[in-house]
Amino acid sequence: MKKSNIYFKIGLVILMVGFLMTVSSCSKKKSRLDPMEQYPTETEISAAGEQGGDAAQSLSEEELEAQRFQEQEAVRIKEAARMKFVDEDVYFNFDDATLTSSARQVIKQKVAWLRENPGASVLIEGHCDERGTEEYNIALGQRRAQSIKTFLMNAGISTTRLSTVSYGEERPVDFGNNESAWAKNRRAHFKLQN
Amino acid sequence: MKMKLLNIIFLISYVLLISLFLRPQCCFADYDYIKISDPFLNKIPVAVPVFKSLSEESAGKEILVRASDLVNESLAFTGYFKMIDREAFLEDLQVKGITGPAIKFDNWTDIGAELLITGGVTIKDEQLQIEFRLFDTFKSELLFGKRYKGRLDDQRKIVLRFCSEMVYRLTGKRGVFESMIAFVSTTPGNKEVFTCEFDGNDVKQATQTKSLTLFPAWSPDGSSIAYTSYKNDKPEIFIKHLHDKSEKRISFDGINITPVWVPGKKRMAATLSFEGDEEIYLLTESGKIDKRLTKNWGIDVSPTFSPDGNRMAFVSKRFGSPQIFIQNLDTGVVKRLTYEGKYNTQPAWSPAGVRIVYSGMEKGQINIFVINTDGRDLKQLTRDVGSNESPSWSPDGSLIVFSSTRTGKSRIFVMTASGTDQRALIKLSGEQTSPTWSPSFKEF
Repeated sequence: MKKSNIYFKIGLVILMVGFLMTVSSCSKKKSRLDPMEQYPTETEISAAGEQGGDAAQSLSEEELEAQRFQEQEAVRIKEAARMKFVDEDVYFNFDDATLTSSARQVIKQKVAWLRENPGASVLIEGHCDERGTEEYNIALGQRRAQSIKTFLMNAGISTTRLSTVSYGEERPVDFGNNESAWAKNRRAHFKLQN
Repeated sequence: MKMKLLNIIFLISYVLLISLFLRPQCCFADYDYIKISDPFLNKIPVAVPVFKSLSEESAGKEILVRASDLVNESLAFTGYFKMIDREAFLEDLQVKGITGPAIKFDNWTDIGAELLITGGVTIKDEQLQIEFRLFDTFKSELLFGKRYKGRLDDQRKIVLRFCSEMVYRLTGKRGVFESMIAFVSTTPGNKEVFTCEFDGNDVKQATQTKSLTLFPAWSPDGSSIAYTSYKNDKPEIFIKHLHDKSEKRISFDGINITPVWVPGKKRMAATLSFEGDEEIYLLTESGKIDKRLTKNWGIDVSPTFSPDGNRMAFVSKRFGSPQIFIQNLDTGVVKRLTYEGKYNTQPAWSPAGVRIVYSGMEKGQINIFVINTDGRDLKQLTRDVGSNESPSWSPDGSLIVFSSTRTGKSRIFVMTASGTDQRALIKLSGEQTSPTWSPSFKEF
């Protein structure tokens, strides 16, 4: 009898654990947050669960609300980081493909993003301002894209995730005929690839 | 090409030397009417009266005027000749006839004409026949005469063949009359390659890439055009056969730009960057790498070759700013050619072999310059009129085609090799850039 009693208790514990796991995995499914951050929430629900009643239900709803907000916030932050990665161009001096110190600052942020998003592959586009001639500018644009690719590779980003293309002076962002327009056009632009 | 060749053969087979005045052909070469050194400063005055109808069913006046006007326009195009206004003429050849005995040459020397061209038009059975006579008015003699026969719509072709023959006899060189120009135009909304005849006639779209397409180059026989296109979202080289429409692709990692044929070598050259650096490579005509020509860290781009294919001029940033260099392909020795200015690009080697034309930028303005291959005799050909880019020589080296923004949008312009007679070539919507002159089809 003693043995069977022990077996009964062990069985109960297993059932209990199983039940708790089901509950927690349900809430997991709803959440894309890191399980580490979620852990304390799980214990509270289980404690409320033993008492039974509506309090647990309302508590978990409050928590889910908070989680949902956190999720949305995380998505928003992630999207903002992605947008910044794509929108922020790297600028160059005239007839020059070397990376200025401010260009390096921008590229360092790109490195951080690429590390956080190991699945992302990127196309680096090199561009020039309208001054100078078309043939030379395509070569110069290529060199600008290549400078950045080399920097990223040196920072440990795999070459298989990086490709380059040059558009020379063919794709200006500002059609003006002045230094501020030219400065905006002498750029490298980042494009995410599937 | 086949049609063109057939037409040419058709025309040639009908060409008959007029034997009214018997002169042995060898003597024509003795005339030194046009000094090749600088023929554009002393233009030869030429009179071309309206052609005379010779058939019983008389040719319409329109055809007669059109044919003689076309001679005027075509000869004026060369820059060698000054066409005399018909208002000044003292003699009416419609009445007097177009052959030597009928002409009172004093009437022509009096108005300053050194050369006189008369023409007679016969239309019979849907066939057009034009006979031309070229006279030296001061010597009162016939230099040569030729009769051409063709279809009714061959008028322009016939006139151009006569003009070509005339320039050949006066200069010893085939002129531009059997050549074409390829260029880039944004007419369809994106940049595509177009072609036209030497004088801007008969504009045709040659590529349909629906993407960014640049830098056309003619094969030495004029049958193919190589160009750079982004139709696969990166700059690759395509070689398009103009008549069977077949196409080859040259695509290495990175950029594939500025394709050009090497004269007499069955080779092409282009700028590629697959080794991480923009270098110039020699390629087989099927696009395989033969060998790397430039070995210098720094942009190397825009190859152009001497007529014998033994030397290459190109643009290099090896000393900090883009300058033009010449490399001997046998010895590998490289010499810097340009020292004036901080941005010299787009070299083109002249067909005569001694001059290189290029574009140089100063204070944001790009202008066209010529320089001897030994670095002497630098001359600026354009100034104070917008940006002037992409110079290319006519096959006889007498003219230079280029693009200019002098009237606002970029347009194709032509000037003589001395920089005189600058004029717009084509009226077309959009912007036109990167003109490049074909070889003379007369040679094939």
